[in-house]
Amino acid sequence: MSINQSGWRPTAPQAGGAGAPTFTGNKALMLEEALIFEIGDTETTGVDFTGVAAAPAGDRLGGLARSAPIGLPGLAEPEAVRHYTRLSRQNYAIDLGLFPLGSCTMKHNPRLNEKMARLPGFSDVHPLAPVDTVQGALAVIHQLAHWLVTLTGMTSVAMSPKAGAHGELCGILAIKAALEKRGEGHRKVILVPESAHGTNPATAAFAGFSVEDIPATADGRVDTAALIARLGPDVAGVMITNPNTCGLFERDLKTISDAVHAAGGYVYCDGANFNAIVGRVRPGDLGVDAMHINLHKTFSTPHGGGGPGSGPVVFSEALTPFAPLPFVEQTDAGFRLVEEENAEDHHADSFGRMVAFHGQMGMFTRALTYILSHGADGLRQVAEDAVLNANYVLRSLEDTLDAPFARSGPCMHEAIFSDAGLAEGFSTIDIAKALIDEGFHPMTMYFPLVVHGAMLVEPTETESKAALDQFIGALRSVAERAKAGDQALKTAPHFAPRARLDETRAARKPILVWKEPTPVAAAAE
Amino acid sequence: MRYLPLTPTDRESMLAVIGASSIDDLFVDVPEEARLSGPIADLPGHASELAVERHMTALARRNTVAGEVPFFLGAGAYRHHVPASVDHLIQRGEFLTAYTPYQPEIAQGTLQMLFEFQTQVARLLGTDVANASMYDGSTACWEAIGMARRITRRGKAILSGGLHPHYVSVARTMAKYTGDQLDTASPVLSAQGDLDALIAKIDDDTSCVVVQYPDILGRIADLTPLADACHAKKALLIAVVTEPVALGAIRSPGEMDADIVVGEGQSLGVGLQFGGPYVGLFGCKDKYVRQMPGRLCGETVDADGRRGFVLTLSTREQHIRREKATSNICTNSGLCALAFSIHMTLLGEAGLRRLAAINHAGAVAAAERLAQVPGVELVTDRFFNEFTLNLSQEARPVVRTLADRGILAGVSLGRLYPGEGDLANGLVVAVTETTTAEDVETLAAALQEVLA
Repeated sequence: MSINQSGWRPTAPQAGGAGAPTFTGNKALMLEEALIFEIGDTETTGVDFTGVAAAPAGDRLGGLARSAPIGLPGLAEPEAVRHYTRLSRQNYAIDLGLFPLGSCTMKHNPRLNEKMARLPGFSDVHPLAPVDTVQGALAVIHQLAHWLVTLTGMTSVAMSPKAGAHGELCGILAIKAALEKRGEGHRKVILVPESAHGTNPATAAFAGFSVEDIPATADGRVDTAALIARLGPDVAGVMITNPNTCGLFERDLKTISDAVHAAGGYVYCDGANFNAIVGRVRPGDLGVDAMHINLHKTFSTPHGGGGPGSGPVVFSEALTPFAPLPFVEQTDAGFRLVEEENAEDHHADSFGRMVAFHGQMGMFTRALTYILSHGADGLRQVAEDAVLNANYVLRSLEDTLDAPFARSGPCMHEAIFSDAGLAEGFSTIDIAKALIDEGFHPMTMYFPLVVHGAMLVEPTETESKAALDQFIGALRSVAERAKAGDQALKTAPHFAPRARLDETRAARKPILVWKEPTPVAAAAE
Repeated sequence: MRYLPLTPTDRESMLAVIGASSIDDLFVDVPEEARLSGPIADLPGHASELAVERHMTALARRNTVAGEVPFFLGAGAYRHHVPASVDHLIQRGEFLTAYTPYQPEIAQGTLQMLFEFQTQVARLLGTDVANASMYDGSTACWEAIGMARRITRRGKAILSGGLHPHYVSVARTMAKYTGDQLDTASPVLSAQGDLDALIAKIDDDTSCVVVQYPDILGRIADLTPLADACHAKKALLIAVVTEPVALGAIRSPGEMDADIVVGEGQSLGVGLQFGGPYVGLFGCKDKYVRQMPGRLCGETVDADGRRGFVLTLSTREQHIRREKATSNICTNSGLCALAFSIHMTLLGEAGLRRLAAINHAGAVAAAERLAQVPGVELVTDRFFNEFTLNLSQEARPVVRTLADRGILAGVSLGRLYPGEGDLANGLVVAVTETTTAEDVETLAAALQEVLA
């Protein structure tokens, strides 16, 4: 059965920008690609099977055999390889160039990590195999845990959270469990600085806390006085990002932690920016009680176009008893998994399980590979070069772009600029989209919220000086054009696979799955 | 350091541009007492590729590789053959090293792939729509329960005894904090699931019933009566599929009128990986789409009128809604979704049905062979590729003994339900296209010896 019974094909796109339209819509190496539902059919397969499946005698499916067509197109291997290769070429990626997405830490992903994660001893192991048969896997978790605890100066680490936001939830649930154990479940308020990632308030609200914003000072840091003034018997804790989302180190964190502890609360640190300080500062020395570590940021596991991430959470001594299951423990007889059945021994206060199985093992092997490659000295150099690169960008561009906190001192791993000083009607998005034409991925736009028209630039340590100089030149050029009111910026990008996309239309009448097209004339609305 | 391009000369000239005399000047905001003066002691220094490879390879060798022994484990994670081109394609740097597609003009590859994935998943699950993936099946399951609460404004969820115990555990953890009431049960070692009992429990406070299909013991049952019973009380039916290959052989939950269908997509493209990363599948009826968690990709046009794709309905999400978001989730499982989607595209409908038929036939043959072993009784009579045996003795030590003989025999119910004596003799056995007839004979012979 053919999926695309109508014979319809996507209309040949009109070439935007210079040059005559082509018959195919392609522009040399910029290749259009139809959907699998338009090029495949349900009879084609790219997989051959060994052996023949003789239908079992009698119906062992209880009369539930799926008889209706499902509508899943197949492609032969050459078609499939071409389809996905062509799609891949419509993506920007770290492998293509500098990817200065602030707070996201788009650093080079070493290929040794990929090779190690694919060793059959890691990739072809079942999570419920008897523990005696998976001692190497448990050793990986244990070794990575040791590094994470040591690098952060904390007491323990929960390895199972699946991503940063999941790690936040892990930390907040541990705080909640600790408060309840103390009989102080009535503490319902979590303080969150207004510069925080959106995940912070969403996480706290999910766990049943009410969220109160703490303002920022004019120099881009948490208003310490306002925060301390708000502490009291209803406050469960604070969630604070350090270095913060303005790219600045929260100088008062230790003071804040001491005050929060004195008032009976806990300190959650969003560790998304740990890459700026790894090897130079241990959050444990600043009074942090819980902090998630995005292995896909600091420790280079690939972002993969939006996950999978991995968000282990390190804990202070105070919160350690409440950490989630499972975890790995070393005994004289080897490694063992502490799960529901044996948690009673000495982990009865654990708040429970967050995921099936044991966490993002494939990310653990990659992160451990990265860590062993760098070693303690290399990781320290990572933080130093990341901070050096960001400051180099900041100081090279502060004469061109408004840099609201440039006078506050050095930045950490990311530099923040604003759209102040651009021509009337021009904003951050115009600079971002013009950078696409210059061959760069844009910086983070309009975040953090505390800076108007924020542009958050995080070059990372894996960029050379030459790459930075080229980026700085491009950003300067684009900024000058935006200051001069160059209207061409308003329609940028001009050279990307697509011009600006209509997001309003997408949200108004969502088309979330492909459907058999109605005739082209009617489909055009 | 091979990953750090700056030379000492670069660093010096850059510090000069910045106006700093040394790198320490850039860390002045760190309070002095928190500054580390040098690399942390007791941690090793940097290492060559060769040295790291030796270290990691030595660790990998300490694990029993599923593909090297007779292997029968399932219970939420299944070993399937993944075509070579899948891993090749997901390692293309443009997929591997891209970020979330927040700049759609230069992320159409990821976005179109997600649109295709959503369509494949919706069709497989039998739902109107599907999202761009979740962390895994267990978290997707919990998110579905939360979604049912928001839709029905009721707080009681009824969980089938056939639901994977880790999924139940996750829901139990989360419910403690959201105030949801969970009605849970243990499975019973019998051919019948607990559908009738579930129907009897539904009342006016019920937000949803959660049922796994096939369930943790491998059983399959028509969900239609359960869906009808849910809808009669204005509750939702959530179906959980941990083995998506099954839906190439048996009717989809959506076809049986489930309102939300979630699943673990690991079977296609992803591999075992000791439990993660995996990929959560999440589909539902059209009318509930605005209460869905997670990312959604939608079709639109660009300024030149060309078809393109964007992330959409993001007003549900945390970066816009902050504390009022439908979920705190900030990521999906993009690369695993890509692997799933490529594998599904290679299979196509014909290949998926063939794969499912091979799995089912192999499982039936294995079940019949193993049931001939003295001391082994086949519990499940209707199943896809996984079934439960009742042994004449406790299954967990049997599994360990067989592991010592180089056979990974299955998942004992003692491992999944420790302390539940009624289940202790149960052994869940999965058979896929990777299982050979010789593997089954080896297991049968070894079981016979161990149980004798």
